[in-house]
Amino acid sequence: MWKRPDDKPQTSSPASQPAAGTAPAGAGNSGAAARDTRSPEISKTGDPFRHDVAAHIGKSVLVKGELSGSEDLYLDGEVEGTIELRDHSLVIGPNGRIRANVTAREVVVHGRVEGNVNASERAELKKSCVLIGDVSTQRIVIEDGAFFKGSVDLKKDPKAEQRKPAPAAGQSVAGGSSNAAPQSSLLEHKS
Amino acid sequence: MSYAGPLLMKWFGGGEKPRPRETAPAGAASRLSRRSTGLAEFTRLLSDKESASVLDLGPTSPANISFLTGFGGRVCNEDIVHASREPRYLVKQPDGSLLLDPRKFFAENLSQPEEQFDAVLCWDVADYLTEPLVKPLVERLSHLLKPKGVLLAFFHTKEAGPESPPARYHIISGEVLDLEPRHDLRLQRVFNNRHVENLFKGFSSLKFFLARDNVREVLAIR
Repeated sequence: MWKRPDDKPQTSSPASQPAAGTAPAGAGNSGAAARDTRSPEISKTGDPFRHDVAAHIGKSVLVKGELSGSEDLYLDGEVEGTIELRDHSLVIGPNGRIRANVTAREVVVHGRVEGNVNASERAELKKSCVLIGDVSTQRIVIEDGAFFKGSVDLKKDPKAEQRKPAPAAGQSVAGGSSNAAPQSSLLEHKS
Repeated sequence: MSYAGPLLMKWFGGGEKPRPRETAPAGAASRLSRRSTGLAEFTRLLSDKESASVLDLGPTSPANISFLTGFGGRVCNEDIVHASREPRYLVKQPDGSLLLDPRKFFAENLSQPEEQFDAVLCWDVADYLTEPLVKPLVERLSHLLKPKGVLLAFFHTKEAGPESPPARYHIISGEVLDLEPRHDLRLQRVFNNRHVENLFKGFSSLKFFLARDNVREVLAIR
């Protein structure tokens, strides 16, 4: 019966939440968005390439041994062994079950991985992801809800290191005050 | 009428209650934010160490990994309470009951080499672990820590209930935590000061900080 004017701001604030939740200002997404202006949905997911262009391994496929390639790969099946894509991107789909060490330029995990992930540029753990192993990368995105057991080792960008005059400057972040902001540029934060 | 509503409610004592300060990251409107003296001290000690490697025993938190990797070192994440609930670690006792076997558990968890970490974030894990795991866990952590390594643990001072809700801890800054309510845990016990001292007797020093939300923060140095 009584409308409380205080209710209005509360109802309007959740309206802004979807935007914050789905579109983190990750630097890694900007490249994908620039490449494909026709399908904003793809860039929203943070996948670094278009699924219709990349090689695709379906959910009924089981690979045992070494899986290597020189193109982007969408992997929704099962792999036991090693995966090596060096300069290319790997997306492990929601049905993907990997028991392998993974090496690629960019790795996006929706499914389950048991093994170490070495992503030379960027790793992204989606909310449905289960990753048991160590991650070594330059930048990492972890969505809230992702399960991760292992260690994160953030490597410094060698190009950025070359640009710096003093190599010890990177350590000064930790040496600041207790409120010192961490090196947020290394790690994109999604929730 | 619509203006009179809130006013009348106030007169009858039914107005809006003062709400705790809430931070509003996307999809987490119910998180509470609070200052943590223990965390502030932990951060201060950690910032003295070069390329600090940190072990986080809570559930995966992007905020924690983001903050801790900022120290330039390695961050290791193991959700110990979650792991302890897996049935494969249970062993049948002579009386037929099932009890968690610490040897089996630690063969697969926290199995890193000794003296690996400069710091451990234990949060309130000890309050929610089953009894046979608590002491072995603290012993294991003392082995995993480097000499002078630092451990931060929280202990609830009230029994399970609305006054001691289980939470996930997200580090927002060097001294501020976000508490995200959990509904899947129940407090197993309440440690008093003496219990905590006994638990950490292998450590060289202990500092206690009593927080206002019925949590005792403990900073232990190996």
